[in-house]
Amino acid sequence: MRCDVVVVGAGPGGSMAAKAAAMAGLDVIMLEKRQEIGDPVRCAEGVSKASLKEFLPSIDPRWIAADVKGAKLYAPDGTCLTMSEDKAGAEVGYVLERKVFDRSLAAEAAKSGARIMVKTRATGLLFKDGKICGVKTIRFGEALDIESHIVIGADGVESKVGRWAGIDTTLKPKDISTCAQFLVEDKSIDSNYCEFYFGNRIAPGGYIWVFPKGDNLANVGIGIVGSKSEPGLPTKLITNFVQERFPKGKAVEMVVGGDPVAGVMETTTADGVMLVGDAAHHTDALTGGGILNAMRAGVIAGEVAAKAIAAGDVTKAGLKEYEDRWRAAISRNLERSYEYKEFLLKLTDEDLNKLLGPLAAEDISKMDLRGMIRLMFKLNPKLLWELRQLVV
Amino acid sequence: MLDANRYKCCYCGAYVSVCPTCSSMELMETWIEVSQGCKDCSVCTKICPVGALEAEV
Amino acid sequence: MKYDVLVVGAGPAGSMAAKTLAEAGLSVVMLEKRQEIGDPVRCAEAVSKRGLKDLVEVDPRWIAADLKGSRVFSPDGASIVLSEEQSGGKTGYVLERKIFDRTLAMEAACAGAEVMVKTRAQGLLKRDGKICGVSAIRSGDTFQIEAPLVIGADGIESKVGRWAGIDTTLKPKDISTCAQFLVKDESIDSNYCEFYFGNKIAPGAYAWIFPKGEKVANVGLGVLGSRSSGIGEPLRLLQEFMKSHLPKGKVVEMDVGGVPVAPQLEAMTTDGVMLVGDAAHQSDPLTGGGIITGMTAGVIAGEVAADAISRGDVKRASLRDYEDRWKEPNGNKLQRHYDLKEFFIGLTDEDLNNLLHSLTNEDTVKMDLRDMLKSLLKLNPKLLWGLRHVIF
Repeated sequence: MRCDVVVVGAGPGGSMAAKAAAMAGLDVIMLEKRQEIGDPVRCAEGVSKASLKEFLPSIDPRWIAADVKGAKLYAPDGTCLTMSEDKAGAEVGYVLERKVFDRSLAAEAAKSGARIMVKTRATGLLFKDGKICGVKTIRFGEALDIESHIVIGADGVESKVGRWAGIDTTLKPKDISTCAQFLVEDKSIDSNYCEFYFGNRIAPGGYIWVFPKGDNLANVGIGIVGSKSEPGLPTKLITNFVQERFPKGKAVEMVVGGDPVAGVMETTTADGVMLVGDAAHHTDALTGGGILNAMRAGVIAGEVAAKAIAAGDVTKAGLKEYEDRWRAAISRNLERSYEYKEFLLKLTDEDLNKLLGPLAAEDISKMDLRGMIRLMFKLNPKLLWELRQLVV
Repeated sequence: MLDANRYKCCYCGAYVSVCPTCSSMELMETWIEVSQGCKDCSVCTKICPVGALEAEV
Repeated sequence: MKYDVLVVGAGPAGSMAAKTLAEAGLSVVMLEKRQEIGDPVRCAEAVSKRGLKDLVEVDPRWIAADLKGSRVFSPDGASIVLSEEQSGGKTGYVLERKIFDRTLAMEAACAGAEVMVKTRAQGLLKRDGKICGVSAIRSGDTFQIEAPLVIGADGIESKVGRWAGIDTTLKPKDISTCAQFLVKDESIDSNYCEFYFGNKIAPGAYAWIFPKGEKVANVGLGVLGSRSSGIGEPLRLLQEFMKSHLPKGKVVEMDVGGVPVAPQLEAMTTDGVMLVGDAAHQSDPLTGGGIITGMTAGVIAGEVAADAISRGDVKRASLRDYEDRWKEPNGNKLQRHYDLKEFFIGLTDEDLNNLLHSLTNEDTVKMDLRDMLKSLLKLNPKLLWGLRHVIF
């Protein structure tokens, strides 16, 4: 089997890459190791409205589980800060129904001409004269080689494509957030606000989220940094939290996952290979959000693939435009979020209370994440001294 | 013994319903478990929509 | 752990039973072996509008398509239109089962039922010869849940019945083994569901195209177990059907499943145990549809179970009311459909062509399945002589 581009993984990053490459006239095959797309969900499903609309001018109501107005941040001592809708940063807006959303994006890629192969797992790269020329796969238990000029690795947090191509995508324990989430039913769920709970006792090196999904439902999850975790800890902590916060709540489903919360990768390309999304650590280290960055990088990768193939140069040098464009678009935010995350990891609960407490007296309802951090800095110059370069 | 190819399996569970022994087959989360009780009758092999079950010769 | 009633399986039948019981004030627990509810889909997802509206309030978030009618194709490609809504016919919806099943489970939880995911029943508990709960396994840990009454809603692979001594084993001729693709194709008519008959296309069953909006459809095919001549037959035939009917279609996902197309079970209850849904072979042998029938049975089982518990008698005689109420009208109708199925699977492609052609001058648009069968009998008395005893 032969094509121009193989995309490994049919999440939002892969589907956008496949769509962009197919629209540019390339023959594209997208592989998905599961038989269904979008299952199991591994994510809290929150995205910013404005950014989503950038990619998808028409939003299908079936993707949207909840349309939220703002975010509430809780300090370890229970102090609550309320932020408004359009200022709370990228993670407040819509709560998606990923099972439907991911599938629709894949169907869009198919509509643009990409072929999709489900239940097909990439097992390695094909090489000819030392050059990458496709992927080896297992499809329904049988080996199948697919030749292509370019391989786009959109294979998520467990990415292999990068490693096969010699890009080290290994995450250090301190750079991965290990997550567990329940879908909870409870009358007390406020469908207008996403909630974030901070504290080393409830979520060491991370936070707990409550993202409403309509009809008294919410994704209630926890992410804790790998270096502070121990076996089964996320599940244990989130179970405790649900019992305390929603004593009458019913947990109906459970999902688990891991998010890269790492610094910006030095390289996300190799000869004939580009990485997008979680595979390229395009996840915001502070919020753990990765859907929109993955989609953004996917579009760029698809476009660059078409140019590189037309120019007859798919070497790392020929794919440089991909590195340049995604970095211009998101790397500053990724870097800053990583620094914030590294700093927050060092804070004690007392520090967190001191930081968040004074804000309760200020009017932050119209502030965005950056504005809030700037105000925190003003109110706590000593504590935030380390972060001074970032804030300006 | 029956050979269940878990790479082909799409975990539908249909084969369990035709198995004459109750205890020898089970659909776990996303894989089939075949235990010693299997009598090699092969009735399940034609029921599997994707051909993941084969009688080992 | 102790409850009044334990439900095994969180599909539509199990959720309706759990909800009914919880609303009647009983303590109920529902076990689901998967971590998510409604995944993987194993079904073509179509239901009758009226049947659904009688049972639940319809939520647009789980409706993938609102159908205007059906088309039926004979082996030679001739077709008729059935059940046009415009003409007063009864039509259906195509559901988004992943969302639908979860919503039903949530409603059960909302009514007060405990829902335990990733928890697999592995046997019945007995004390003094009486069933008193199940032994369950959750994330590797075995534990016991006590309940005087167990409802088995554990689907095609049901074990609860077998454990309790009810033989639910299906003969190969009484199971339809199915494969289905989710297909994107510009030629898909989003208003009609289509049925294709023929011994070469789908031996002993039929192929279907059920639209799911945005030029996407469930395209699937069933084969009667006894007619499955080789390994992996449904998947192979489905690939052929795709080539001949949707050559440009893009496959986005696949799923598979088995549907009981069996005679009514002699017993659906025993002391301390009731079976509902596919576990009780309550799917329609003629159409393979089992969502509405399973939900209906779930409600009846829930009501009867609540009475039985309040009387403190869960012996079979006390649960008998469930079987009686199921039998008339549902069970008897399905038994007639079984006889019809047994007859129709004996027909040649030529017979099928003749039958369909006999309808081409009839006003079929108002007809439902039953009207069509009546009309067929009138028009083809000789061919359908064998059906003269089957009362519609």
